[in-house]
Amino acid sequence: MAPLFYIFAVLAILAALSVVLQRTPVYSALSLIVVLCSLAVVYLLLGAEFLAVIQVIIYAGAIMVLFVLVIMLLNARQETPSDRSRLARWLGAPLLLVFLGELLFAVWERFPAATTRAAALPDAGPRAVGALLFRSYVLPFEVTSILILVAVLGAVVLAKKRL
Amino acid sequence: MITVQADDLVRILPQAILAGFAILVMVFEPFLPAARKTLLGWFSLFGVVAAGAATIRTSFSPGLAFGNSISADRFSLFFICLFLLVAALTLLGSFHSLERENINHGEFYALLLMATVGMCFMAASTELIMIFLGLEISSLATYVLAGFKRQDALSNEASLKYFLLGSFATAFFLYGIAVVYGLTGTTNLLVLSAQLGRSGEFRPGAVFAWVALLLMFVGLAFKVSTVPFHVWTPDVYQGAPAPVTAFLSVGPKAAAFAVLLRIFLGAFASAGSGVFWVFWASAILTMCLGNLAALLQSNVKRLLAYSAIAHAGYVLVGIAAGRGEGTAPVLFYLTVYALMNVGAFLLVAHLAGTGERWTRIEDFTGLGYQRPAVAACLAAFMLSLAGFPTTAGFFAKFYIFRAAVHSGLIGLTIVAVLTSVVSVYYYFRLIVVMYMREGKAEAASASLPWALRVALAISVVGIFYLGLYPTDFLLLTNLAAVPLP
Amino acid sequence: MVPLAHILALSVILFGLGAAGFVFRRNIITIFMCIELMLNAVNLAFIGFSRYLGNLDGQIFAFFVIVVAAAEAAVGLAIIIAVYRNRGSLSIDDFDSMKL
Repeated sequence: MAPLFYIFAVLAILAALSVVLQRTPVYSALSLIVVLCSLAVVYLLLGAEFLAVIQVIIYAGAIMVLFVLVIMLLNARQETPSDRSRLARWLGAPLLLVFLGELLFAVWERFPAATTRAAALPDAGPRAVGALLFRSYVLPFEVTSILILVAVLGAVVLAKKRL
Repeated sequence: MITVQADDLVRILPQAILAGFAILVMVFEPFLPAARKTLLGWFSLFGVVAAGAATIRTSFSPGLAFGNSISADRFSLFFICLFLLVAALTLLGSFHSLERENINHGEFYALLLMATVGMCFMAASTELIMIFLGLEISSLATYVLAGFKRQDALSNEASLKYFLLGSFATAFFLYGIAVVYGLTGTTNLLVLSAQLGRSGEFRPGAVFAWVALLLMFVGLAFKVSTVPFHVWTPDVYQGAPAPVTAFLSVGPKAAAFAVLLRIFLGAFASAGSGVFWVFWASAILTMCLGNLAALLQSNVKRLLAYSAIAHAGYVLVGIAAGRGEGTAPVLFYLTVYALMNVGAFLLVAHLAGTGERWTRIEDFTGLGYQRPAVAACLAAFMLSLAGFPTTAGFFAKFYIFRAAVHSGLIGLTIVAVLTSVVSVYYYFRLIVVMYMREGKAEAASASLPWALRVALAISVVGIFYLGLYPTDFLLLTNLAAVPLP
Repeated sequence: MVPLAHILALSVILFGLGAAGFVFRRNIITIFMCIELMLNAVNLAFIGFSRYLGNLDGQIFAFFVIVVAAAEAAVGLAIIIAVYRNRGSLSIDDFDSMKL
């Protein structure tokens, strides 16, 4: 199982690099789909079957289709590099690197490479996740409906031609 | 495993009523002709009042609900009342302004109510997942509200900037939650605060714990717009429709402060002094930069935006003052800030006229002679924002500074006092322009609609009442400052 | 079995790449996709921790994050469409009409 993880981890990083470096939005979107799918494999390896399926169906499927659709709709072309980003580059890049280094260091300090996993493997099938969702997390689940209502309403308000 | 009982539902009654009214607004919307949409606004106002009545009912059965994920304590009820007040004032101020801008759609009221629901959940939740969902509800609703003038390029731009930076900040907040979960195995603040004493996971010097707290702080700092996470604030406040700006500058900010208090003075209070220095540093940065930048502004909306940033700095002083001292003054400050800031933004927005044309300071020249009552109102807000004695702004600052001195933060208090002296200059600039210069104020045309008058009257009376008789309300805030979470 | 540190390292790298893209990219759709990348990094951290701790709460969290991401995408893309309609541009550099 471990080699599979490293293969897909590298794939995810390469695709993420491509998301960030591509100048054409469609290529970025396609690379993002590769990231999402390789992460789904990683989830599967980590025993999160339900999440892996959701990741492919909802995230890589529904959400990314929306992205690609909007990119096509707005006919987004290659972006032109500009001088404006220079300040951000000089200021942001070192800050970001320091932050990342700190985070990686923290990971290594707290979880040395020896720590792997808990003794008992949680059963993460739809049944177990569903039971947890509808029992312990019933309030967040219900509140999510308000969130989605807001999203629907917001999308209509902003994107519809005539209200 | 939890079973939902009647008491659980009573403890989220205000939120449920608000959400119900928001849905009803959407149901009624298509049946009303375009000219009658203001009826939906009144209906929403009724909903806010009903939710206020519900908080009274909730206060009779305080306690935890839904498996410890909601806490209906005095702290959260205080904040819910504050949010309802802000929502009511915004609604009263929005009717005429929406009609004038030709954007009087029912969706506005529904989104405003939804944003309030999200904020109420933020203040009342003791479970990080619920706090996150509340944050997202209020954020998404306010992103849309900021862009509600769809034909207006500035409004679009405000919405876009708010959205991009807001969701960027949310990602940081989430990563912080993930790390907290990884270190402790729970996301419930009550469990966390019980655990931290024992496990020592969040001992000072544990780098990963420190990272978690810092990430959560960054996420919330965007919402309260502290320096250096304030870059979106002036643009968004300037571009958003006026009533939305009034709402934005107070509501989501107060909600984020409620979460900051719950997380940093509540659950992680024992996490050591590192967090204190973060608050200390960002308080100083925010007060200095906010006030100095406000000096340079010529647009009144932007001036008020930088003033709003500076005020966040004073609240941070209160949080830095710590658990025992700071909470009640922070609650006092946030209430006063809500009254004066909503009032000021609503009034400025009304004076700015259709399409918000007159927002430069010079546009207010001679207003004191042409519209004495209106100018007096605006002057009262400015005096209170500057912290002038007899207004509530004075006591708000005074209690914060006193708490800071009691906690031994002398340096911080000196900076706070000095910067508030600086702030007097730009607030008085507006007053001077209104009263001491002859001229025909461009911004004097329209007469005040009476709903706006009610909103302004509430704010002005509130400011002077709290400025002259602060003790009763201070007692109330002391009651609300229960040990968190 | 994969050590937790490696999973977290992957998550941190993805998060960092997303943040870098947010700062450096100019096209607003790409910037938004970088935010999605960051959310995915968060999800990976949740699931990694969930595995390490042996409890399912982390997965529930990841589930909610996906829901929120979907809602955010709907609103965000609507905002982008509204912006494009008025400006005819998707470059963040064109959105600076409010200065002093």
